[in-house]
Amino acid sequence: MSEKNINLTLNIWRQESPEAKGYFEKFEKEISPDASILEVLDEINNRLEFEGKEPIAFESDCREGICGACGLVINGQPHGPLPKTATCQLHMRNFKDGDTLYIEPFRATAFKILKDLIVDRSGFDKIQVAGGFVSFNTGSAPDGNVILISKEMADQALDAAECIGCGACVAACKNSSAMLFVGAKVSQFALLPQGQPERYERVQAMVKVMDENLFGSCTNTYACEAECPKGISVLNIARMNRDYFMAKLKTGTNE
Amino acid sequence: MNRLNQFFNSSIGKKLVMAITGIFLILFLVFHLINNLMLFGGPEFFNENVARLDSIKPLIRVMEIILALIFIYHTYTGLKLWWENKKANPEKYAVNANKENSTIYSRTMTITGSLIFIFLVIHLYTIWVKYNFGMEGSEDYFEVIKIHFANPIWAAFYFIIMIFIGFHINHAFQSSFQSLGWSHKKYTPIVKKIGTVIAIILAVGFASIPVYFFYISFGGQG
Repeated sequence: MSEKNINLTLNIWRQESPEAKGYFEKFEKEISPDASILEVLDEINNRLEFEGKEPIAFESDCREGICGACGLVINGQPHGPLPKTATCQLHMRNFKDGDTLYIEPFRATAFKILKDLIVDRSGFDKIQVAGGFVSFNTGSAPDGNVILISKEMADQALDAAECIGCGACVAACKNSSAMLFVGAKVSQFALLPQGQPERYERVQAMVKVMDENLFGSCTNTYACEAECPKGISVLNIARMNRDYFMAKLKTGTNE
Repeated sequence: MNRLNQFFNSSIGKKLVMAITGIFLILFLVFHLINNLMLFGGPEFFNENVARLDSIKPLIRVMEIILALIFIYHTYTGLKLWWENKKANPEKYAVNANKENSTIYSRTMTITGSLIFIFLVIHLYTIWVKYNFGMEGSEDYFEVIKIHFANPIWAAFYFIIMIFIGFHINHAFQSSFQSLGWSHKKYTPIVKKIGTVIAIILAVGFASIPVYFFYISFGGQG
């Protein structure tokens, strides 16, 4: 294990319920530089439980940066100051002895705070349900190379599919726009042959639900791309815009 | 109509409105700057050119109306976006880390845009109304500008607003390409640079007029 422990001041958002008024609770903590931010919260919770107090509610699952459950805002940045890093992979060695951290939930009208650091991200699920899939029966596994896809297209589609749906784009955006998320979900299908039959219905359906769920409009600040733990490119937003115009020009059926 | 309405009220439709109207406004500014720079050709040259534009007045009037509609629609949609986006994101973080992930130009579009709108109302009221309805038979349009910018408050006001117009366009140009769906790994950085160059040319070009006239008001050689 590396250097000696560091002392941090942690201001952590506490909120009893969606309706309750939230506040920052201050914790002074000596911590190993090898601990991740979630392990710091675990340690604080152990102490709180030992003292018979209510532990801090926060979400986490895989703790290896692939599930997207652990969204926290650390010092004003979703997933903290390191680029392309999820909260769970942010270790305390990135902070100095004596640093003060503000740990908050994602803030957006579309993401209601449920308790402490947990927000309701079901808006994303609703967008996905509206069109983030291909609706064929898969049947048995097809032979390889039956459908040819160029390397470049496959790469771009996989880059878009890297989105873990954590919501950092919405949290980073000054307008709480979900366009990076929706752009990625639209693109991963729009780039592949399997996505073509439903391409234009998909983009219209997903954008419609996005707008209905109180996400803001994109003003191209690109804060989403800068904060995305998977480095999803705003190219995907441009592709979604393009597909949306084309959809409105081409299709006549969808309202 | 319902379909069109639905499109223009969608989040992406509004982006398209901002992009297309914005591009037309940039085009207008380019023509406006070309006319303004004729001031450097001296009173005779400038007055002749204004008179020439005066001779195609009906066409100019139609263009003015179209321009006004574009400008109003751009401003209206911009303010609507601002209001809706404020509702979508009412609570700010304890630590403001905006400068870590976005440019100041992109974050201040509503502020610079509003300042430009206020400026435009004042600008129309002072210069446009004077040119169109207040010349009292005189054709010395050059003199109007000269007197206007001899006042340090006017000169400073115009100068400052031109900086903000530069800020606004610096973000707007590349943003319109993104909104229209054209983003490219190789070309988008070039588009961004072109936008910055256009912003600088327009800001410096327009700002040079108040600076020049304020300078010659002190007896400097024109």
